[in-house]
Amino acid sequence: MKKLAKRAITATIACSAAAVLISCGGEEKTAGIDPKNHTDALFSVMKADRTNYTKLIVQRLGPKGADAVVPKEEWKDIENGIPLPAQMFRAGAEAVRDLNDTFTYSLQSSWPINKQNAPKTPMEKEGLEYIVANPGENFYGTEKLGDVSYFTAVYPDVAVAQPCVSCHNEHKDTPKTDFKLGDVMGGVVIRVPL
Amino acid sequence: MMFYGADKSQLLIGETTYGHHQIEMSCDTCHTSAFGGEEVIQNACTQCHAEDLEHSNDSHPKAKFTDPRNADLLKIIDARYCVSCHTEHHKEKTDEMGVTVPKDYCYHCHQEIGEERESHKDLPFDSCATSGCHNYHDNRALYEGFLERHADEPIFKAIAQLPNRTAEKNYQEKNDNIQPLTAADVDLSAYPKAVPEKIMHEWLSSSHAENGVECSSCHIQDNTSQQWIEKPDHTSCQSCHEKQVKGFTEGKHGMRLANTVAMPLQAISPKEAAHPEAFKSDAFTQEHSCSSCHLSHEYNTQTAAVESCLGCHNDEHSVAYLESPHYALWQKELAGELPENSGVSCASCHMHREKINKKGEVFVVHNQNLTLRPNEKMIRPVCMNCHGVGFAIDALADEVLIKNNFNGRPSQHIESIDWVKKRQ
Repeated sequence: MKKLAKRAITATIACSAAAVLISCGGEEKTAGIDPKNHTDALFSVMKADRTNYTKLIVQRLGPKGADAVVPKEEWKDIENGIPLPAQMFRAGAEAVRDLNDTFTYSLQSSWPINKQNAPKTPMEKEGLEYIVANPGENFYGTEKLGDVSYFTAVYPDVAVAQPCVSCHNEHKDTPKTDFKLGDVMGGVVIRVPL
Repeated sequence: MMFYGADKSQLLIGETTYGHHQIEMSCDTCHTSAFGGEEVIQNACTQCHAEDLEHSNDSHPKAKFTDPRNADLLKIIDARYCVSCHTEHHKEKTDEMGVTVPKDYCYHCHQEIGEERESHKDLPFDSCATSGCHNYHDNRALYEGFLERHADEPIFKAIAQLPNRTAEKNYQEKNDNIQPLTAADVDLSAYPKAVPEKIMHEWLSSSHAENGVECSSCHIQDNTSQQWIEKPDHTSCQSCHEKQVKGFTEGKHGMRLANTVAMPLQAISPKEAAHPEAFKSDAFTQEHSCSSCHLSHEYNTQTAAVESCLGCHNDEHSVAYLESPHYALWQKELAGELPENSGVSCASCHMHREKINKKGEVFVVHNQNLTLRPNEKMIRPVCMNCHGVGFAIDALADEVLIKNNFNGRPSQHIESIDWVKKRQ
């Protein structure tokens, strides 16, 4: 009898405590965004911006269009030089880090021209392999770097234009020389700290 | 701790680097706050050095390291902060360029280079940042594309001339009612004492008189008080020569006078330099100002280009200049035997001429050590006017040749350009 009473009392206390906790807070809490939706949204902006840059600036004003600007790897040192789409993408990634610390992104590849852009963490390697093996799909996972857990999303970076393929195939430092239009050449890795 | 003007020499935990020697006693320049940690110091670095790093197209800006995927690399060297590699007050472990980490710092992040590049396979792991190969910050004259474009240049270019200075021309174009002044144009009654004949003569021969600049422009600063300044300093020059004064205060000639220095310091003189023995003894106590080189009233830029320098500097390289092929060209130019801008004075290399815009405006950079840290910074604005890039790289890598002021040919060849040609 005593034990039952004790349990009953404990249960009552627990229930009321729970009730207090649930009802506490007063106003309604805003629902959080699912990390997957968050990174999907970010990726769509990145993709749209880079595609637009490629079409509206590089193709329109570059050698194939008005021939007024020179899209080249060493664009800073050339008269009327402008960044290549991949460089414009990377510049965005660097600039974002000064503006916002709720996410980071980078452009990586299993066949990088600059080896610093090769996948480093086990999740990056897994993600890049997955998107190549499963065309049309994205990769999502969580990993821990240092003391922080991250939601990591990897999106395929597809060769949408012939210059992507020819430049990479012909570059002095490329480890792969048989890219084709439509190939997954690398991936955009977006990380959100949890 | 931050008492203004107090002698803080006892608080110095160790000598400063060569670069900061002159402002060693102005602790507050870097230690702007007693608390705040590494961000405070980082801001102190960027306050003076950010502009040059940006201009140099820094190969390793902080932005390259802030992605969390690089966290494990940062544990070895935290490349986000200058002090990770440039720690102050540890003279015992400070190497060239104020670097306080061992020479293998590149290896931690670039270990794969030996496998990737055939040419780099057998290179020592601590040989990356050596002369003519790679630089951590400024690779403008060293990157592959640049070397490729300039791979087959001759030792001497067919047209070997510096760009013409345009400051006077620009001024005249912008102010089209300038008249050269004569002695009659100066109302001497306005000035506190008689103007010596010598000074009048010097001023009349100067480009100041030529361009309508007379005594009050420098000697009277405040239009309301009309107070006569006996010896105008660099602040008087600033209103018209802003860029030049800024450059002057960024280099070792004028860094004590920079407005970024917390405590006003006296202008540098040889006796306060890091190496007083490298200067002429009769210049020991002379404080450096604009007039030190430009000679007040005369403002003779030819004198400023050589004689002024040699009036103080007495090191091997300076002394050897008078026997050098560069000086021979300078003498020929002054004698009219060579076209203007063909000669090479001290200023040609150490106060280089920079094209600032597409209109062709050229001005003289007054930060005399901008192109010395490291000396590959000289290649593009200086050497390339007359020499091919490969030759310039070899010459600047030869310490003996630098000491004897380029009297001879480089003793070794830096192979970077050959490796680039192989990959073409």
